[in-house]
Amino acid sequence: MKVCMFHLMPYRDLAPDFDQRYKSAYLDPVWFDVADPDKVGQYYNSTLDEMVYAARAGMHGLCTNQHHQNVYGFMANPSLMGSVLAKLTNGLNVAIVQIGSTLPSTSPPTRVAEEYALIDCISGGRLVAGFPTGLPTDATISNGVIPIEQRERYREALQLVLKAWQAREVFAWNGKHYQLPMVNLWPRPIQQPHPPIWIPGSGSATTVEFVVDRDDCFCHLSYFGARNAETLGDYYWDTVARKGRDANPYRLGFLQLIGVSESDAAAEEYAPHVEYFFHKLLYTPQYYQAIPGYQDYPSLMRVLKAPLRERFDLRGLKYKDFVDRGFLIAGSAATVRDQLTEAVKRLRIGHLLALLHFGSMPHQLCLKNIDLFCRDVLPHIEGLWDDEWQDRWWPQRLQVARPMASAADGGC
Amino acid sequence: MATVEQRKIRCWQGKIETEIEVSGDGPPVLFLHGPWGLRGDRKFLDRLAALHRVYAPRHPGTTSGDPEAIHRLDELWDLVVYYGELFDRLGLEAPALLGHSFGGMVACEIAATMPERAGKLVLIDPLGLWRDDRPVKNWMIMPEDQLRPALFAAPNGKAARRFFELPDESDARVEVQASFIWSQACTGKFVWPIPDRGLKKRIHRIAAPTLIIWGTADGIVSPDYAQDFAQRIANARIEPIGDAGHLPHLEQPDRVAQLVGRFLLD
Repeated sequence: MKVCMFHLMPYRDLAPDFDQRYKSAYLDPVWFDVADPDKVGQYYNSTLDEMVYAARAGMHGLCTNQHHQNVYGFMANPSLMGSVLAKLTNGLNVAIVQIGSTLPSTSPPTRVAEEYALIDCISGGRLVAGFPTGLPTDATISNGVIPIEQRERYREALQLVLKAWQAREVFAWNGKHYQLPMVNLWPRPIQQPHPPIWIPGSGSATTVEFVVDRDDCFCHLSYFGARNAETLGDYYWDTVARKGRDANPYRLGFLQLIGVSESDAAAEEYAPHVEYFFHKLLYTPQYYQAIPGYQDYPSLMRVLKAPLRERFDLRGLKYKDFVDRGFLIAGSAATVRDQLTEAVKRLRIGHLLALLHFGSMPHQLCLKNIDLFCRDVLPHIEGLWDDEWQDRWWPQRLQVARPMASAADGGC
Repeated sequence: MATVEQRKIRCWQGKIETEIEVSGDGPPVLFLHGPWGLRGDRKFLDRLAALHRVYAPRHPGTTSGDPEAIHRLDELWDLVVYYGELFDRLGLEAPALLGHSFGGMVACEIAATMPERAGKLVLIDPLGLWRDDRPVKNWMIMPEDQLRPALFAAPNGKAARRFFELPDESDARVEVQASFIWSQACTGKFVWPIPDRGLKKRIHRIAAPTLIIWGTADGIVSPDYAQDFAQRIANARIEPIGDAGHLPHLEQPDRVAQLVGRFLLD
């Protein structure tokens, strides 16, 4: 299997009373009341350092993502981060996983096609092209996309991007949402006809159907842990079977919060950071997320009748609850690898997206987490599936034997 | 209570099915509902139906069984032309147009684009204009505890309770919830993210005598907008409704029906 370092690039030093002052981590907190721009500069740099450190320590891929107007994660343009990472990891066997730029809110979407192609060129063909539809708060509020059009814009934009990457002739695009008189993209990706495509989702049946139909990799970006994703996982694999696709685990990615320490007891060092993550950063009320129209009609009916994803009162939970209920897999390396192995097998995860930095975690603790994970966990799980399945959703040039993972040798 | 006929018409090259509630007898009135669908408006429409033939179509996409119809229209211009076609199919030459909130904006657009198709115009707390000093509240992203006092002068009064209540039985509950959400999604297509689609450039074309009704406690569109509409429409007058928010025809149905009835028969 492949394991990728995922990073949200959150605000790490919110005031203790932040969650009393604000009802939402999104949209409401005003920059000048909350943020220190010098600190934010440090966060961006630390994030890049942590990602490069993870690459050197043996992770297979580095994941960036796009969010806006919030304290929870604000890589406003993931291509900026991804291009830096591409440059800094040249020569390493590591994928740059952009998961990614939000098509419906980028106009024209050929801009994303250009940026991704550029990253693929800089990285020497190591790009994984992720195409999220975008959170409602990001796409419809921060970027003004009409909620009921978000999905159809996304689908048209994806078609346009794929054609723009591959077309051998200049073409005109006369779409419903985009019209361009002459498309002849410069640059094009090294990987032809296109880089591997990963599509994230968080519980929409429509997205699951769409991804399986397209035969792309579906990434379930849940923060509630593998144990709470079994309903969606089962639905996903049922859909895969129903549509006659193979059961290749690499067609599923899954995000998991992970904290590795010297012992299970010592892992309590992650307690304040995971509580900060769930209590402060992840606090986004329904009225900013469930905007009428963000789901299509079939998904709306499904959610009203039998949701694929459970809802939790996160503020009522503490570190022990997050661990006991599987939101966070934390403990000694042995504990973590046992639990991860079980989760990976249960959900058939081929691409594990490891959130090794979460919440208020300081830089040094993040590096420690990466070190312990890459030294004592990764070597025990990365062989899973490889004797049976080939990863068809991975850059061709990285499909070579990797050296044994070893702890990073500094440099940050 | 008036007998209500549920009529279904398929138009727009056969791609949109529209259910129209038709009731009463008398001069024709066409009612265009607001963002939350037609469910709550029946009591008010029954009063109007005592002296009028009332046509209440559901906006595209909100007719049960055809939720995808909303994707057959791309923008406000399509919606106005679509309503022109629907008037033709209903045999309505120049009905009185009565619109609430989003429906008020659509009624204005129809009356400005095709002045000959609107006999009279009644606007109840309409959307369509924008003032930076009185920004319209975004009802699609408001929690219920803020939405209630914005919509109703009495947030826990009978009208508010009826508006938000859900049936106990699960299938019926899902149906009401879905209709409430999907109606906002479909109408929101034409006003998101700011309910200003340039009506200010076209509103001077409205020729129909116009009555502007506004709940004095409207927390979505400030009652100050009543003057902005009245100043731009040649023949308009304002009737403020006390003890009412954004839905005065639900909160004060007798008073609003009486005012509308008198204006239409005048």
